[in-house]
Amino acid sequence: MKSIVYGHFTDEIDLLEAVKELQNKGIKIDDVRTPFPIHGLDNVLKLPRSRLPKLAFVAGAIGGAGGLLFQIWVFTKAWPLVIGGKPFLSIPSFIPVTFELTVLFAAFAMVIGFLVSSNLGPGSIPDILDEEVTNDHFQIVLSNINNTMPDTDLANALAATGALGVKNIKTEN
Amino acid sequence: MMHVSTVREPLIKGKKSYNDITEDVMAPVRAKPGKLWYAGITVSSLLMLFGFVMIGYTVWFGIGTWGVNRTIGWGWSITNFVWWVGIGHAGTFISAILLLFRQKWRTSINRAAEAMTIIAVMCAGIFPLIHMGRLPLAFFIFPYPNSRDLWVNFNSPLLWDVFAITTYLLVSVLFWYMGLIPDLGTIRDRMKSLWKKKVYNFLSFGWKGSARHWQRHESMSLILAGLAAPLVLSVHTIVSFDFATSVIPGWHTTIFPPYFVSGAVFSGFAMVLTLMIITRKALNLEEYITVGHVESMNKVIIATGSIVGIAYITELFIAWYSAVEYERYAFVNRALGPYAWAYWIMMTCNVISPQLLWIKKLRRNLAFTFVLSIFINIGMWFERFVIVITSLHRDYLPSSWSMYSPTWIEVAIYLGTFGLFFTLFFLFIRVFPVIAIAEVKSVARSSALKFIGKPVKKNSPEKLTP
Repeated sequence: MKSIVYGHFTDEIDLLEAVKELQNKGIKIDDVRTPFPIHGLDNVLKLPRSRLPKLAFVAGAIGGAGGLLFQIWVFTKAWPLVIGGKPFLSIPSFIPVTFELTVLFAAFAMVIGFLVSSNLGPGSIPDILDEEVTNDHFQIVLSNINNTMPDTDLANALAATGALGVKNIKTEN
Repeated sequence: MMHVSTVREPLIKGKKSYNDITEDVMAPVRAKPGKLWYAGITVSSLLMLFGFVMIGYTVWFGIGTWGVNRTIGWGWSITNFVWWVGIGHAGTFISAILLLFRQKWRTSINRAAEAMTIIAVMCAGIFPLIHMGRLPLAFFIFPYPNSRDLWVNFNSPLLWDVFAITTYLLVSVLFWYMGLIPDLGTIRDRMKSLWKKKVYNFLSFGWKGSARHWQRHESMSLILAGLAAPLVLSVHTIVSFDFATSVIPGWHTTIFPPYFVSGAVFSGFAMVLTLMIITRKALNLEEYITVGHVESMNKVIIATGSIVGIAYITELFIAWYSAVEYERYAFVNRALGPYAWAYWIMMTCNVISPQLLWIKKLRRNLAFTFVLSIFINIGMWFERFVIVITSLHRDYLPSSWSMYSPTWIEVAIYLGTFGLFFTLFFLFIRVFPVIAIAEVKSVARSSALKFIGKPVKKNSPEKLTP
């Protein structure tokens, strides 16, 4: 059974300090939920760098190379057409479409990659603990999955950092 | 430590707490729509319906119902297409290019400007489709293996346009919607009724504000901005290729791509100003979209408007300097020929009027800015009219010389796209937050600290709420 301890702050600076304080006590933090991105938080939480930029490069390369090769194939192999007496293989006039396809593929890969890796999407049901997190609460979530301490100790440690509304709930999964 | 100027005015006015920002921005979504909104959407949707009926009329009876003829094949329809696409450039310029340049004032206007972009591109897309004349065969423009094993012509700028506009529309929608999901999560959590919560949860893709999600979201936004920035420049470049790769005097000039792009940003910002000056008043968002924002946009207008002015003059100079008889005639005819009135409207609205914005008092005057923005919209429409019509109406062959005026059906279709534009905009301001709530919150802190006169340091221990 999973046991969750959570509490919130009303200012992002308090949150950052509390995260550091908990980490110094050797407590592992499950999640931090905030109304807007907080700069420096991913460093403090030691989140690994997102792999999305690499995905963007790969997808863009596939879109660009695929688009260019497709146009070359159409105009040299599938059905060579004489247009205005120009050569069949006229690379400069293939560039606009190649560019657009590069952007299109990379952009779709970004959004799909983001949604899949974050497990978000239409119909996704989030485990919301506090509805004010999307308004003005900066929340820290701890659980017994990552920590061996009893729940009451976790709750006390969280409250000691100045967190408000510290609660302990048990869930099935 | 981040250097923050103490001279600049705060991005948002009033000492707003995070909760105030949420409540102020989502107030129009929560409240019952007023009489003004109902009146607005009724008028605009009737106009839209009228436009669509006239499109039906055109498709049923054919392009002969328009004023276009064999000499002037591109009438109002292509003029309107280029104009609407141009208007659609402001949103992505604001959200992508200004993001890359770290212009924080964009956060108050990017959402609405992006929505405007998407709607404007939709309005634009209608015109080439109906101009093809045979609407049910419009799918011929897509590269698919047809029954004759023939593919589309990848050498044609008109086909590049298909790719550019389609990509632009799709990427703009992605960028806009991905920016919306955190704010839709905010609305979901503020809604009382269960079914509204469900609908907004569905729309917000189950957003919960996790640090990991924010990290990926920021990474994605930055890359999308990096992709959208060259994309927005490519779109009007390619639209200008429709003209520039032809051999018509007045069209085949190499200056067209930068001239079209700056013209597009120019007209786009004018439309954003027209809309936002009304919206900020109607939705009580004057503390978020401040006079400072209007001034910043006006500065972009001076910059792009001056580029447009220089482009006009360069065109004239090059026409003379080229010593090409046809080229010279095309420009003399523009300025002194039968369509000189259109040329001089264009010159007045686009070259002279934005120069008034060098005066700070006028730049910060809302009424003046509003009137000026409408002048610019008119001027930019006439720019496209001048390029399309005056270049075509005096052909190489004097026996083909002709004049063009639209029939009321063409006018009605144009008005119909205004109906579509405003209908969708009215729906947008009711359903979605007009300002990017999370983004404004992220700049509110430094803004508020500046407001109370304290130095801003990164991770400073100053608190917003006492």
